[in-house]
Amino acid sequence: MTTEHTATHPGAGDLPAGESLGRDAWRRLKQNRAAMVSLVLLILIAIACVVGPWLTPWGLNEVNWNAFRAPPSLADGHLAGTDANGRDLLTRTLYGGQISLSVALVATLVSLVIGVLYGAIAGYLGGRVDNLMMRFVDIMYSLPFMFLVILLMVVFGRNILLIYAAIGAVEWLDMSRIVRGQTLALKRREFVEAARALGVRSRTIVMRHLIPNTLGPVVVYVTLTVPKVILLESFLSFLGLGVQEPMTSWGVLISEGVDMMQGAPWMLLVPSTFLAVTLLCLNFLGDGLRDALDPRTR
Amino acid sequence: MLLYVFKRLLQAIPTLLIVITLSFFLMHLAPGGPFDGERQLPAEIEANLRAAYHLDQPVWRQYLIYLGNLLQGDFGPSFRYKDFTVTELIAQGFPVSLELGLWAIALAIALGLPLGIVAALHRNSSVDYLVMGTALAGVAIPNFVIAPILALVFGVLLAWLPVGGWNDGHWRNMVLPVVALSIQQVAYIARMTRASMIEVLGTHYIRTARAKGLSEREVIWRHALRPALLPVVSYLGPAIAGIITGSVVIEQIFGIPGIGRYFVQAALNRDYTLVMGTVVFYGILIVLLNLIVDVLYSALDPQIRYDD
Amino acid sequence: MMSKLRFPLSLPVLTLTASLTALPLQADTLRIAIMGEPASLDPHKISGTWENDVVGDLFEGLITEAADGERIPGVAESWEISEDGTVYTFQLRQDARWSDGEPVTAEDFVFAFRRILTPATAADYAYLLYPVQNAEAIYTGEAEPETLGIEALDDHTLQITLERSTPYFLDQLSHYTAYPVPRHVVEEHGDRWSRPGSMVSNGPFKLQRWQSQTRIEAIRNEHFHDADNVALDQVIYFPIEERNTALNRFRAGEIDVAREFPTQQYRWLRDNLPDATHTAPFLGIYYYVLNSREGHPTADPRVRKALSLAVRREVITEQILGTGEEPAYSFVPPGVSHYEPAMVPFVDMSQEERLERARELMSEAGYGPDNPLQLRLRYNTSEDHRQVAIAIGAMWEPLGVEVDLFNSEIAVHYADLRQGDFDVGRAGWIGDYNDAQNFLSLLESGVANNYGAYSNEEFDALMREAAETQDLDRRGEIMAEAERLALEDSATLPIFYYVSRNLVNPALQGWENNIEDIHRSRWVSFEE
Repeated sequence: MTTEHTATHPGAGDLPAGESLGRDAWRRLKQNRAAMVSLVLLILIAIACVVGPWLTPWGLNEVNWNAFRAPPSLADGHLAGTDANGRDLLTRTLYGGQISLSVALVATLVSLVIGVLYGAIAGYLGGRVDNLMMRFVDIMYSLPFMFLVILLMVVFGRNILLIYAAIGAVEWLDMSRIVRGQTLALKRREFVEAARALGVRSRTIVMRHLIPNTLGPVVVYVTLTVPKVILLESFLSFLGLGVQEPMTSWGVLISEGVDMMQGAPWMLLVPSTFLAVTLLCLNFLGDGLRDALDPRTR
Repeated sequence: MLLYVFKRLLQAIPTLLIVITLSFFLMHLAPGGPFDGERQLPAEIEANLRAAYHLDQPVWRQYLIYLGNLLQGDFGPSFRYKDFTVTELIAQGFPVSLELGLWAIALAIALGLPLGIVAALHRNSSVDYLVMGTALAGVAIPNFVIAPILALVFGVLLAWLPVGGWNDGHWRNMVLPVVALSIQQVAYIARMTRASMIEVLGTHYIRTARAKGLSEREVIWRHALRPALLPVVSYLGPAIAGIITGSVVIEQIFGIPGIGRYFVQAALNRDYTLVMGTVVFYGILIVLLNLIVDVLYSALDPQIRYDD
Repeated sequence: MMSKLRFPLSLPVLTLTASLTALPLQADTLRIAIMGEPASLDPHKISGTWENDVVGDLFEGLITEAADGERIPGVAESWEISEDGTVYTFQLRQDARWSDGEPVTAEDFVFAFRRILTPATAADYAYLLYPVQNAEAIYTGEAEPETLGIEALDDHTLQITLERSTPYFLDQLSHYTAYPVPRHVVEEHGDRWSRPGSMVSNGPFKLQRWQSQTRIEAIRNEHFHDADNVALDQVIYFPIEERNTALNRFRAGEIDVAREFPTQQYRWLRDNLPDATHTAPFLGIYYYVLNSREGHPTADPRVRKALSLAVRREVITEQILGTGEEPAYSFVPPGVSHYEPAMVPFVDMSQEERLERARELMSEAGYGPDNPLQLRLRYNTSEDHRQVAIAIGAMWEPLGVEVDLFNSEIAVHYADLRQGDFDVGRAGWIGDYNDAQNFLSLLESGVANNYGAYSNEEFDALMREAAETQDLDRRGEIMAEAERLALEDSATLPIFYYVSRNLVNPALQGWENNIEDIHRSRWVSFEE
């Protein structure tokens, strides 16, 4: 059953330079309509979050003393209503997007780099090294993560970058597991053994043959990690360990909105819509990317 | 295989020791202490309390005392819940979390696997979009939004099910929390299944199997499903551990006396012994779950052997 | 392969069938959502209001609370107070019994008072009994418990001797720190006596079952002296921290009383459940501590005063909270017995005048547009605290004050307040008993809960004088004088007086709002 895919595997050496791999993937991605719509929407949201706050008539922390929990209205410029403190909800949602998106991006990137490298190396080397490396992951998993973060926040003050680092440093664990699992399965495959037999260096095998072949699940996992990070960030904020007032994030806005579900539904709907659209788009884009990157469909 | 399991269990000892040591010292470095509450206790009273819990000793002494007690299976008394020992609290909270978590995972697998497979087989069709779009709504909405909405709609407005409480695990009390807890997992599992299924279907040996003239059903059930489940299985270990301990929000919203709620409460209260107890317990649980996952893994993929 | 996967699935099926039976609900059962899981049910080991809800139904002190919060005789039938106000002699009821049928004797009170003050008990609220002779010395380990000023003259006569006359002492005896504990049970079971199975109590209800974090069940105590007038058969307490959950469960009819509801939902509740929504003045003050320690800008009384002037309390009570809180212009809440609170001097000024005066004070203190004042405001994590902090920060903006908000969980928050690591810090105080001293002592030099380290010799002297004064009204005047001093100094920044917020099933009778928000289940019944 496993004898069929010997010589023709793309990792086995006949691939041209990486540039064309990228161009090839891009071409495939463009054919996927859902992914492209998602990509455009994501770019629009990102632009809105960066540019939008300058265009709204209200500031991030500016209180309108005449409009507490006011529903959306054109007249006073509160297009999405105000929060419990009379601050413009649209402005705050856009600012919140800056935080949520950057937290998600940086943390996911951190987890991606660490997780993929770690998992691939552990899986490829196997044996005692693998065992040691995975025990280390077990230890990390069993750590009281919240204390680690509390500690960091106290020692270094309330620095957002630390939230990125802390979340990223935890999220890579799942990633490394998945990549390791994939690598374990892949490395016994003939194309890897063939490469090894040909005297290709381990480093090259890991970077050129193993990692590209794990990309499918990894991309999918990335699109799962981003929402997790956004939620984790809001959980931390909820405990008083995340962004501090007057800054905000989508997670924080939503958790504020849940309490107001019946009295001021816009406080829940506006940030949730931004979050939901972003996450859905990320997911569709993730699917598209997976299809485009999959070397075996080439 | 048995030898392998035994070896892994032996290795768990140093793992747990590191977990205990690290978390113990981290916890004592964290700001605030178990007696920092709304009202400051008079100095002499706090001194009495500290002495009663050995907190007046140097941290390394406390560590040795704790380790000594732990070796005798004694997690100590809870700082906050004074009528119960930590062991009793875990013994009460864990079965609840486990029951809730396993049902949620079971539901997630029962829904997620078929959804993922169906979506993969009808890749890029309207069926695919519909199935995945629905599943994705689960990841797009935080569960602290879904849970109160479920409670409001099915508990308050329709009055079909209880809004909260555990009621000794009556099924009616479990429906909403299990659903709220599994929604996210359904989406995760469906996506992982779909992705790896598509990947497997694209491999040469499936093409070959098809070329051999095997029926589609046979191709999928006999050849594709097994390798496609690998990433899903490796996801299940952390997912179960996470669902059991990480259902804090759900446990909080529905008022369920699980272990996740203890952990967060204890951490915020600086209930040192209860935090250590849950951490150690959590550590053991993860070690075991990982072991199970690895064993399952080797059962699913004969190419992996644990002889080395 | 599939059969292997089935293994984890089969487990929940087993556990489900084992737990299909639900508990039958008794007809006259009161279901109360309390705000947290009790730390204990031993009256000597608790400190929270939610614990009081449960323990107060299980036990009865010498004095107890009526439905409206008035103090009425409990285990004590009558008492005499000596001329100098230092010796109290109580006659105990002959029919007072523990739930196991044993009589409640004076000896049980002696045992309880000594026990709570014994250092080894490590009771965190024991200092409420400091008025009793030698209590402080015993608690600090300088005297033996036997030297405590309490004595059983016979089985039903109890004598308590105080350090000095303490006018509020009788009120204090209704507090859980002064409950009797059953000597015969505590000596048999040790520290674990207060668990279900071994616990014996003397109140209208007795503990039946306690499932941690989910429910506490109590049933009527047939041995209670007034058992004939207790309508309920059973009380179930559900610890629910999430206020929205408590609200939902109340709406679904799963509970009869929710001891708190989210402020944000008040408008909705008022419109939709007006009969069930109860708000009432509450004996508590929500205030900001202003750090008077050297090196903090708030050490300057002019800055403190300016900050206090600029806070528009009405906006906070009406716009932000809107649950019927009253804006606070004094530190002691209104409604305290024998006390007429002093008011801040600017109470009659208009908002414009206040702001004008605040600006002047700020520039006198050397702050202005060129030299903005930077303040660190700490609050503990909570939706209400957050909203108040944001609003107050915005109110200070016209003074050129730049506020940095820090929020942290409660343990860290109070640890930071204690260490003086803040300029402005949120705090609140709920009176332990109905007396101004309980509030004003927070501003005495060197007192533990004086987070801002405010220190004023004149204030301290007045408080000492009040403590020596027998006449209650005279005593109140002296304390009001002290409060006036502190307010002129802007020692703290009072913001609003708390209100109690309860949801109560309209079918319940006998449930009355009261200033201490104490509601004993023995007074409550369902409509026939």
